[in-house]
This record gives sequence, C-alpha cells and structure tokens, in this order.
Amino acid sequence: MPRLERRAKPSRVMMFASPLIAAVMMLITGYILFSVMGKEPIHAFGVFFIKPLTTTYGVGELFLKATPLILIGVGLAIGFRARVFNIGAEGQFVMGAIAAGGVALYFHHLEAVWILPLMMLAGIGGGMAWAAIPAFLRTRFNTNEILVTLMLVYVAQLFLGYLVQGPWRDPEGFNFPQTKMFTDSETMPLLIEGLRTNLGFVIALFLVAVAWFFSFKMFAGFRMEVSGLAPDAARYAGFSEQRNVWFALLISGGLAGFAGMVEVAGPIGQLQPVISPGYGFAAIIVAYVGRLHPIGVLLASLLLSLLYLGGETAQMDLNLPSAITGLFQGILLFYLLAADIFIHYRIKPNPHEARCTITPPPPPSGDMI
Amino acid sequence: MNPPISSKFPRLELVGITKAYPSVIANQDVNLIVRPGEIHAVLGENGAGKSTLMKIIYGVTKPDSGSVLWDNREVLIESPAQARKIGIGMVFQHFSLFETLTVAENISLALDSAVSPAKLAQRIKEVSHEYGLPIDPHRLIHSMSVGERQRVEIVRCLLNAPRLLIMDEPTSVLTPQAVLKLFETLRRLASEGCSILYISHKLDEIRTLCDKATILRGGRVTGTAIPSQESHESLAQLMIGRNLPECQMAAKIPAETRLKIQHLNLSTIDPFGVTLKNINLEVRAGEMVGIAGISGNGQKELLAALSGEQPMSKGLTTEICGTPADTLSSSQRRSLGLRFIPEERLGRGAVPSMSLRLNALLTSSEGDGLVKHGLISYPDVRSFAQYVIAQFNVKCGGDGALANSLSGGNLQKFIVGREILLAPKVMIVAQPTWGVDVGAAQLIRQALIDLRNQDVAVLVVSEELEELFMICDRIAVIADGRLSPAVPASQTSVEKIGLWMSGEFNDVHAEEVSHA
Repeated sequence: MPRLERRAKPSRVMMFASPLIAAVMMLITGYILFSVMGKEPIHAFGVFFIKPLTTTYGVGELFLKATPLILIGVGLAIGFRARVFNIGAEGQFVMGAIAAGGVALYFHHLEAVWILPLMMLAGIGGGMAWAAIPAFLRTRFNTNEILVTLMLVYVAQLFLGYLVQGPWRDPEGFNFPQTKMFTDSETMPLLIEGLRTNLGFVIALFLVAVAWFFSFKMFAGFRMEVSGLAPDAARYAGFSEQRNVWFALLISGGLAGFAGMVEVAGPIGQLQPVISPGYGFAAIIVAYVGRLHPIGVLLASLLLSLLYLGGETAQMDLNLPSAITGLFQGILLFYLLAADIFIHYRIKPNPHEARCTITPPPPPSGDMI
Repeated sequence: MNPPISSKFPRLELVGITKAYPSVIANQDVNLIVRPGEIHAVLGENGAGKSTLMKIIYGVTKPDSGSVLWDNREVLIESPAQARKIGIGMVFQHFSLFETLTVAENISLALDSAVSPAKLAQRIKEVSHEYGLPIDPHRLIHSMSVGERQRVEIVRCLLNAPRLLIMDEPTSVLTPQAVLKLFETLRRLASEGCSILYISHKLDEIRTLCDKATILRGGRVTGTAIPSQESHESLAQLMIGRNLPECQMAAKIPAETRLKIQHLNLSTIDPFGVTLKNINLEVRAGEMVGIAGISGNGQKELLAALSGEQPMSKGLTTEICGTPADTLSSSQRRSLGLRFIPEERLGRGAVPSMSLRLNALLTSSEGDGLVKHGLISYPDVRSFAQYVIAQFNVKCGGDGALANSLSGGNLQKFIVGREILLAPKVMIVAQPTWGVDVGAAQLIRQALIDLRNQDVAVLVVSEELEELFMICDRIAVIADGRLSPAVPASQTSVEKIGLWMSGEFNDVHAEEVSHA
C-alpha cells in the first residue's frame, strides 16, 4: 500500500494545482451524477457551465453574482489567514443590508447624491457591528468565534424577517413582506446599459488589490499571519492577539455588510425576507478555493458564481432541483480539502517493495575504528 | 554474520541502515551493535543523523534499506506501539506530550493496555520516586517546565519495563545533582539487564557513563570507541572532525546600569506557576550576568516579566536603559533596546511554517530598516536573512527554507543571530545552548561574549552551570521564585551555586554583594 510522506517543504505546485484537481474531480463526479439521474452528461455540462456564458447578459450576470462573493471572500481570507474563523458572514451580510436599507427608507423622500455613499457606510457599519459581538465575546470571555458568528446568522435573518413583515413593510405592497423599492439615487449605478452588473463589481476589484497590498506588502498583514500561524511567536514579537481578533472580524464583517448593501441596492432594490442564496457561506468555499489569496478569491468567486448561474439554467432546462448548486459547491470543497493534503505530503510507494529494488549497500569497510 | 558462540547475542543490531529525506541523506549505511546491559552512546553533532536513527529503531520512521536485528532475529518495526511491545522505550529530545492533558492521562495514552486511572497514578508515583524523578500524576503538562516534562517522558518509558531504553539528550535540563541521580538510575537499569542507547553531545557525561560509543558525522558512522579510554579532545575530534574551539573572554569593567529590577513581586495566575518574591537584579553595560537554577523555579515567570509578555502593573520595579518600563509591552521594550531570545525556539522564537526570510522579520519594527512606513521592504528582509545565515553559519537550504526544516541547533543560531544583529542594548537569553551541539554552542557563547565586549548588558538564564561559569561575569541563582545575590563567578564555585539552587541563600546580603 502506498504511504503518505511529509514533504521537506510545502509544494508550491500543489498549492496551485489543488483547486484545479478539485475542479476536475468535481466535473467527473458531476458526470457520474448526471448519468445516474438519466441526463446526457455532456449536454448537462453544456447547460450548466457553458450556456450561462454564451450571452453578454450571461457574462454580466456572472460578474453580478461574483461581486458579493469577492467582497465577502476577500474579507474572510484576511481573517482566515490570521486563524480567526468568521463563519457568520451571511449574518453580517444581512445586517449590512438592513442598515443600508434603513438609510434608504429613512431618506426615501429625498433625492441626493450623498444618500448612496451613506448607504455604503451604513452597510459596512452594520456588518462591522454584527461582527463586533463575537469579537468582544472572544477577546473578553474567550468564546469561540466560530459558534458565535454562526449563531448570529440566524438572529440576523430572523431580524430581517421581522422588519419586512412588520415595521418596514411597504404599506402599498399588497401585504407582501417587503419594503418599498429604493429610488434611483438609492441604487448602485449600472456599468453598462442592459446588464445588471453595477458599480459594486468595480469596487470589489479595487478591494482585491487593496487586500493583496495589505496581506503581502504591509507589516500589519504579516503580523496577522504570524498571529494565525504561531500565537506564542506573535506574543513574543509583541503583536497583540486582541487587536488581531478585532481587526479580522471587523474587516470581514464590514466587507460582508458592504456586500449586503450592494445586493439590496443593486439587483434586488428593496429588502425582502430572503436576500442571499447563501453568499456568506459560499464565500467560505471561495476563500479556501482561492488559497486565502486575494487574486485566488477573485478567480474562485467567478467559478462559484458560475455554479449559481449553472444551477439556475439547470433548473430551467434540465428540470433539476435548485439544490444542484449547493451540491456542486459541497463537492468542490470536499475535493479541495482532500487534494490539499498533497501540499504538505506526497505519496510514497510501499517501503517493502522499495526495499527489494534497492541493492544492499556494500559491507562496512575499513573506516571503522 | 554469526556472533561467536561464547558471547550472548546482541540485544540490537543495525546493519547497513540508510534513510534519505527529500533534501538530505540522514543515515547512510549505518551499523550499530548494542549488547544486553550495555550503556551505548551515540555521539554526533546536530544534524548528524542521531535522531533519525533512533526514530528508525523506535518504529517512527522506516529505513530505505538495511535491517534491524532484535535478539539476533530480523524484525520489521512498523510502529512505536510495536517497538514498545518488543521492549523498546524512548525518551525524545522534543517531547511528545499533550499539553492539555495531565501526566497520568499522557502516560495512559502511551500504555498499550488499559490500566485503571487510580492504579496508574499510584504506579507513576511509585516508579517516579523509586528512580528519584518525583512527579505529581495529576498535574497538567502545559504548566510544567521543560525539565519536569522530561521526567514525565522518562517515567512513561520506565512503566513499560523496557529492555532497550533510548535517551535522546536527556541531561540538558537537569542540575548537576540530578544528572548524577539520573546516571544512578541508568546504571541500575543497565545492571538489571536493560540496554541503554544514550544520545548526547556532552562528552564528559559520555565518558563517565557509557560503556561504548558509536560516533556519527554527516549521517555516517565515523568510528566506535570506548569512551572511558578516550580524552575529551579525541572524542570531540571524532565527532566534529576538528578540534573544539575555545571561548575567549577577557576581564572587563562594566559601565552604566542598563537593566534594573527592584523589589519585583509578581504573583502568578497559573496554579502551577511560581510566584516571584522580591527580585533584585542589575545588569550593567559590558557585563554578562547568569541566572542558574533548576527549571520550574521561576525562570519562566521572571523572563516573561522582563520581556514584557507578562503585563505588569505600574510600580517602580523595572528600568531599561534608565527608562521606567513596568507597563511597557514587549514591542515597546524592544524599541528601548531590549532583545530577548526565548527558550522555545519553534513556535515562539520562530514561526515554524514560515521561511527564514519572514522569520528574520519577526522581531523587527519600524526603524530597523526592514519595515518602512508600515510596509515590508522585501529586498532588505532577504539580505538581512542571508546575512544572519552567513554570519552565524546556519545550515539550511537558503533563506527560503522553512523554520521547521532546520535542526534545533541551527534554528537557535538563526534566532541568536537575528537578535544580535538587530543591535541590542540589553540582551536576555534563555537556555542559549539547550539541545545544541558542541560546535554550535561554542559559536553561540562566543557571540554572546562578543556582545558583552561591545558594551551590551547580557543576562543569561541557563540550567547548565558549566556554561554559566564559562561565560558569566556574575552569577545569581533562582530558587522557588527568589533570586540570590549575583556574585562574581571568580569568587564562587559550582558547589556553592549548587547549594544555592536548593534555596539556601540569604536575601539580606543581596544589595551589598551585588555592588561588591
């Protein structure tokens, strides 16, 4: 039986190859899956992965759906590098959307250029405030941020549900649980007429560059990485663990909140009970598929965005359930984690077989005393 | 190879063991014979392949070729569990203990049969007292010092009643008295028929303890010897291939006080920690002061207080270069010129999974030239890392090598080099040469002496008395959280310091003597 052997140093090749291997394995599994379900696999792949991109509108949709993934993924990656595990970006996304939506509703009667920037700040602030809760609990009481952030997701979602069914419900909305539509000065400007891609995508690309600069060029980024890799070394070097936790959670929370703002002030245009098809959770996959690297996050976001689009066309053309998107996301993450082991390990043939093929060394010679 | 009929079979025989790692050949064609009841030394510098060889015997690592004979029968040792089953025990240099578990829990994990916890705790108490290594079975590992952890490792092996005991650098953390006691333990084990493989680079110990020695250099056996018939120099020659360098140290009149601690009292939140009581200490520019003591007597707490890792309340107890420093963090103290080299190299002094290049940056801050306006200057970081590697003769695969790919001694050279080259005014070093081979140890000691000669105030905390007497101007002893007066090394003796280590000194003289 072949064995795993630790590499002398992590393989850079595998570091980059691992997401590709995972993607290929995902396709192979998808092939089997489609066959079992009685769909012609090649046709199904065409519908799933190619068809969404055959129109300009489709490409616009790809960028549109990638936008929240990029924004959240970039923030999460910064936190994950520092081993601060914010699993609740979905909740911060919702709180950002609520805060931005609140501003939009409050100034609904006005038309001014400052409303949109104010909504952006509100979105960032809402996400940050929600992430500050686990940050405070972790630094003050040493609670586990994974559990706290995750639980707060459900609190945020229920809070949104309460608002749109209660105090913020549109009085002229025929009792539908949703707010008034935001006005033109409360929605993100579109980049190209006819496509739904908006200013948010450009901001996301800019933030990718900022995150790269922070992680690899700034001493503060180095400090966060050390805190994640070796907490004792960080303490020895004098890097504050508390500052690290606060920073990681506020950045990732703020960006998730901003993504929530972009979503409700973009394609949705109002607050509804459900405003995210799980972007906050998919962004965790994005962060890891993207190797916690901002550029990788950008590419991974496009892939995951394609999975969302493919899932939609598969529902329409192939009569598949919407769960197909989540299924592919899960398969991708599963293979990625499996392939990642080869970054630090490599396969070694069976030592017993190897022993037979190596000629025994000559007997000890005269250099013995 | 048939042994003569008259003699017993060797307990263990290695024939032509070869083991290659991706970047280095750790063992090449190694032969070794250990007889029953023999204390056999395996001697070699760090990186000579001693540890790999022992891991092969203990079933942790598999050789690429060669065979292992146990009682003259070829065996394939697939795992440590199997090694223990046939009667091999091992005390590792880097301890393999779970920090969040108690002593008894750790030991029960290594036992291959289930024993009731109460019974096991009783056995641990008995065995540990019998062999003069007292430990409390219910203590948690993370609260124990390195020396105490080692006792756990030794007792863990003894519980398995081994027929071959492998000891990897066992005495590096023991007091002279404890070393003698350990030797008694080992001799008794040997007389009971247990073979002992004793890995060390301490030549004096090997000469007094071991019956036979096999010397490794660069993964190959360079010779075998009967240590009692060899001199210190001839063994060193075999081990490092040249003569041992000597430390050069001339008398020097110290200048102004750089590090001052007055009436430092610090209680600990760790239930197994040591409370510091009325610590007074002064280290002047151009002076090397040593603190001796058995591990677990307050060294950890004192060092954390000095480095700033343990926050202190405002008082007038600490001064660094004339600046009150009680409430300063470790990075603020560093900017005053205080540099600290911790006892734990991997994980504290260096980030294991980062390259040496990035580790060179670890203790830098704005103004050191590596960080400019909050940005990392990579060309400078790189040349600094390469400079450290070259200056301190760090054996590694270049500045891109990961810290955890280096041997303990080489990593220590890198850390010492990094801190020294960042121009300290006060240098605090904990266990500078623990687990470091002779050649590298001399290099590190000489570097510290050079630092003192350049008018840096140097404080060395070490459990190796011999080392402190070699390099220190004054020596103090820490015992149970109290610090003895620091007396000139020339006016004291190993015996007196050894006595002080058991806590028998008088604080009252502290002030007078330290100013003498």
